[in-house]
Amino acid sequence: MNIYEQQAANRRRTWLIMIGFVGFLFLLGLGFDVFYIGEAGGYVPVGSILALGVGSVSALAGYYGGDKAVLMATSARPIEDVAAAANEQGKLKLQQLENVVDEMAIAAGLPRPRVYVVPDPDPNAFATGRGPDRSSIAVTQGLLDTLNRDELQGVIAHEMSHVRNLDVRLMTVVAALVGAVALLSDWARRGMVWGGGSRRRDDRDDEGGSGPLALVFFVIWLIAILLAPFIGQLLAMMVSRQREYQADASGAELTRNPLGLASALEKIEGAVEPTRAINRGSAHLCIADPLGRQLNASEGRWSELFASHPPMAARIAALKAMAYQEHP
Amino acid sequence: MAGIILLAIVVLLVVWAIASYNRLVGLRNQVANGWRQIDVQLKRRHDLIPNLVNAVRGSMDFERDTLTAVMDARAKALSATSPADAAKKESELSGALGRLLAVAENYPTLKSNDNVKMLQEELSGTENKVGFARQFYNDIATRFNTAQQVFPTSVFAAALGFKPAELFEITEAADREVPAVDLSRRA
Repeated sequence: MNIYEQQAANRRRTWLIMIGFVGFLFLLGLGFDVFYIGEAGGYVPVGSILALGVGSVSALAGYYGGDKAVLMATSARPIEDVAAAANEQGKLKLQQLENVVDEMAIAAGLPRPRVYVVPDPDPNAFATGRGPDRSSIAVTQGLLDTLNRDELQGVIAHEMSHVRNLDVRLMTVVAALVGAVALLSDWARRGMVWGGGSRRRDDRDDEGGSGPLALVFFVIWLIAILLAPFIGQLLAMMVSRQREYQADASGAELTRNPLGLASALEKIEGAVEPTRAINRGSAHLCIADPLGRQLNASEGRWSELFASHPPMAARIAALKAMAYQEHP
Repeated sequence: MAGIILLAIVVLLVVWAIASYNRLVGLRNQVANGWRQIDVQLKRRHDLIPNLVNAVRGSMDFERDTLTAVMDARAKALSATSPADAAKKESELSGALGRLLAVAENYPTLKSNDNVKMLQEELSGTENKVGFARQFYNDIATRFNTAQQVFPTSVFAAALGFKPAELFEITEAADREVPAVDLSRRA
């Protein structure tokens, strides 16, 4: 796939995910209408309308403000603020980061993204935003402390590739919507426990149930609500995995130095601590799994389904193979 | 019937000609923009050099030759005119800077000086930016040249005033290797 095909695919997938999300919420709303309001007179699909509204608003909010939400959730700080408080040694490193970002923006021929630092000792990095015109790259303090210039360059090039092929748009929308689904299903579950329970006893007992159709809807609805966070998570993982190989490769194309990223990945892999500042909802955005799950280390069907990142060893091997190709 | 087919062919040809002309114009602008990017970075480097030379002058006074070589190379690079000319003079400047920074490594007071370290980082950053801007420019220029040279377009490209873009190349094999200028890499 060339860069234009990747961009087109990402645009398409972003739309699909947003539409799927609105559709999913609509289903929840429909379930609410059928089950709570029933086929009684004066039927107004309050739930469906509300769900459509909430769905569209959160999909748009995810599209336009998802990057801000992700940066806030990881408590990332703009590099200028961090530099103002840093000592001489720290300033030098931050200047290096800024230069490396500039270099990669030039190599990719893109506007310079905004740079953030996440105060966390574990080395990790992620990119977020809508695309080249509005993007942010965040690295952890640990990454700055651990990596040398070439390695840092490799990591930034990897993130810049995510920006260029619009991976960031898709991943940011997914991150925002996974958060929204988790939140909504949490509310719905709670609402059902006390709201639904009392209503059923008072109003529905004398009706003797509202037909098999309503029951089916209720079951589907219940399953959907219970599974929502899990499905969202699965989706997030599936969309992120093969992208990492691609970003590694096109990152190496930018730096023309695949070994820089390979050795950076080795160092990141070597740091066993999980990245605490980055939670489950934005794990798929990162260059390496911030949760430090064992799943990512192994090949096989199970880990292929559930791991958010391809095995580190395979990524490093692929990068090293590229280096040997260059110097036969 | 034959007339309609002929008309369709003519329309198709015109549409194709317009499309390839516009493509060439777009590429030419991208090439010009790529060249400006290199220019910006070269200028940055030219501006940084006097600062670096001043910062190290005190401690390296007896390395006068090395310092003069850098300043001379800079003056020459400032007067470059074409991409090929600039490429040659800039690579000479890179060589002189590389020697200066290599010599500077022998001075522990310089190595630990924060100001000098920052300047070195700035300089190696700029060095890289020049390199990446060159990489980007050459990629675009090659695409532009290829678009002009492929068969049907090549018939009229020259007639419409399109000239192949000059690549920003480093010609001498010795200059090909950009010297490892920053001490921070080893730190």
